[in-house]
Amino acid sequence: MNPEPELLLAMYQTMLRIRRFEERVGELFLQGRIWGAVHLYSGEEAMAVGACSALRTDDYITSTHRGHGHCIAKGADTKHMMAEIFGRQDGYCKGKGGSMHIADVNGGNLGANAIVGDGIAIACGAALASRIKHTDQISLAFFGDGAVGTGIFHESLNLAAVLQLPVVFICENNQYAVSTAMKDSSPVPHVADRASAYGIPATTVDGNDVLAVYKAAQEAVQRARSGGGPTLVEGLTYRWEGHYKGDPEVYRSAEEVASWRAKDPIVCFQSWLLQNEECGEEQLTHIKGLVEDEIRDAVTFAEESPQPALDELHTDIYID
Amino acid sequence: MPEMSYSEALRTALREEMKRDSGVFLIGEDIGRHGGAFGVSRGLFDEFGPDRVINTPISEAAIVGASVGAAVAGTRPVAEIMYMDFITISMSQIVNQMAKIHYMLGGKARAPVVVRTPAGGGRGNAAQHMQSLEAWFAHVPGLIVVMPSTPADARGLLKTAIRDDNPVIFIENKLLYATRGEVPEEEILIPFGKADIKRSGGDTTVIATSRMILFALQAAERLAGEGIDVEVIDPRCLVPLDIETILASVRKTGRAVIVHESCERAGIGAEIAAQIYERAFDELDGPVLRVANPNVPIPFSPGLEAAALPDEDRIVQAVKQTLGLVPAFENG
Repeated sequence: MNPEPELLLAMYQTMLRIRRFEERVGELFLQGRIWGAVHLYSGEEAMAVGACSALRTDDYITSTHRGHGHCIAKGADTKHMMAEIFGRQDGYCKGKGGSMHIADVNGGNLGANAIVGDGIAIACGAALASRIKHTDQISLAFFGDGAVGTGIFHESLNLAAVLQLPVVFICENNQYAVSTAMKDSSPVPHVADRASAYGIPATTVDGNDVLAVYKAAQEAVQRARSGGGPTLVEGLTYRWEGHYKGDPEVYRSAEEVASWRAKDPIVCFQSWLLQNEECGEEQLTHIKGLVEDEIRDAVTFAEESPQPALDELHTDIYID
Repeated sequence: MPEMSYSEALRTALREEMKRDSGVFLIGEDIGRHGGAFGVSRGLFDEFGPDRVINTPISEAAIVGASVGAAVAGTRPVAEIMYMDFITISMSQIVNQMAKIHYMLGGKARAPVVVRTPAGGGRGNAAQHMQSLEAWFAHVPGLIVVMPSTPADARGLLKTAIRDDNPVIFIENKLLYATRGEVPEEEILIPFGKADIKRSGGDTTVIATSRMILFALQAAERLAGEGIDVEVIDPRCLVPLDIETILASVRKTGRAVIVHESCERAGIGAEIAAQIYERAFDELDGPVLRVANPNVPIPFSPGLEAAALPDEDRIVQAVKQTLGLVPAFENG
C-alpha cells in the first residue's frame, strides 16, 4: 500500500530540499565560500527519504561522510546544517564538526561519520540501549558499498544477529568506494548477498525509487520494532558527483554518469505522483518555491552566523 | 576494614553500580557464566541476567563501537577487553569515535563508556598478551586514563569511572588481580586526578604506576635500610594527571624517578619528566630518571622476560643514581 498523499508530498519536498541543498553547497564550495571538503548526496535522495520516512522521530540513525541527505531526511534544520558546513557558531556542532560530522542528536541523528563503517556499530549500540532501557526505539545505519570491506561491518552484523538487535542496515550501493568499483572490491554482486552469512534477512531494491526503498525499510523497521531482529536493505543507486566535489572522476565515463542522471529519482517520483494523480502541477510548483526560499534562507543564515569564539577550541573536550 | 582482592574489589564496584543504576551494563568476551578471562565478572551473569551482562563474539571493534552507540543513546556500558593487547582491534572506535564524539558534535553528545582491560606482564604470556599501552590513550584528548594499583583504589576509581560522563580507559593489571588489601566498608568514590602518596619520604620522589607501585614500595623499604628516605607517589590517573602533587614532592626532594611497565620511549614517564623539567627545573638536584621496559617486545623465555620488565633492583639503582651515589647504567 502506498503512503497517504500528505506523506507522498512530504517525501517529494524532502528529496527536493536535499537536492537543492547539495547543489548550493557544491556551488559555494567551488566559489571558495565553504572550505575543507564536501561529499555530495545528489542522485541518492530516494535512499535517505525512503528509509527515514519509515522511522519515528525518536528512532536513531547513524550516517556517513556523505551525510547531508540523511540529516535532512531525519528532520534536521537546514539553517543549522548550512551554518555547520560554513564552520559557524550556529552550526549543529558549533562549527567544530563540519560537513562530515553533522549530527542532530535530539532528532535521533547520532551523526555523520568520517570513518567508513564505524557508524554501523554505533547504530547497533543505540539498538542495544533500547533493549537496556525497555523502549521500542529502533536504530538504522546508513552505509555505502565501500563499508562492506571493513571489519566493523562484519563484526556489527554478526553481533546484531546474535543479540537479535532492533537495527536496520541500509546499504546505499552507489557503485563506487572513492574510485574503486563495486565489481572490483566484492566477490559477490550484491551487498545483500552478505547478509545470509549472518542469518539476516536482506533485500535489494531500486535505490532510485523512493517508494521501493520506503516499503523495504518499513518492513525492516516493523521487524526490528516487533522483536524480529536486524534486516539489511540494499538500494542500487548512484552518486552524480565525484567522491568529493572537485573529483576528476577518471574511474568512470561521462556516458555512465549520464545514464544514471537520466534515472533521476526526483524526476521519476514527480512523474509517478502526477501519473497517479496524487497531486497537481501547481502543488509541485508551490513546493519548489518553498524549497528555493528555504535553501536561500539557510545560506543567508549561515553566512550571517559568527565564527566560533577562539575559546571554543578548549571547550567540550571533557564534561565536568 | 575488610580485606579483599583487587578482583573482588572490582566485582564489588560493578555489582554496586549495576544495582544503583539500571542503565549500567557489562559487555565483552566470555564475561557470561564464565565470568571473564580473569574472573572479574564472576557471578554477575547469574545475578543480573543476559541483558545486563552481554557475552559477545570475539569482536573487539564491535564491542567498543556498540558501547559508544549505547552510551550516546543514554546507557552506561562497561566494556571488557580481555587483554590490553586486543584493544588494538578497537582503536578506531576508541580514538576516532568514543574520545571525540563530545567535541566533534559541539558538546551535543556524550559517551560515558568505561573500557576495562588488563595490562602487564610477568606471567609468561609473551608479546601479544602482556603489553601496557597506556601512553597511547594518554595521547588522545577526550579520554580519561585510570590505572589503579590497590583493591581500594580499584573499587573507588571504577565506581567513579562508571558514574562519570566521559569515556574512561580503565587499565587493570593481571598480576594485581589476586593481591589483597583493605577496602573501606562504606561507599567511597575516588575522584579522578588525585594522586596518592603511598609512602612519605624526603630524599627522592618515586612516581610509579599500577603494579610498579609494589616494586617501588619494596625498593623504598630496602633503601630505608641504607638511610635513603623515598617518597612513593601513585598518580592513579594518567589523564587527568595530578602533576601538582608530583611537583610538590619533587620540590621537597629535588629528585624524581618514574617507573612504568611499558616501553620507555614516548611512555608516560617522558610526559611526567617533561612537566617536571618545565615547572620545577630550578629545584632539581639530579636528573629525572625513568625505569621502564626496554624498547623491545616482551619475550617469552623467563630470563628474557624478566629482563624486559622493571623490578625492585632497577628502582634502587635509579634512586641511587639520581642521588649521585652510583654511576649511570644502561637501560637497554
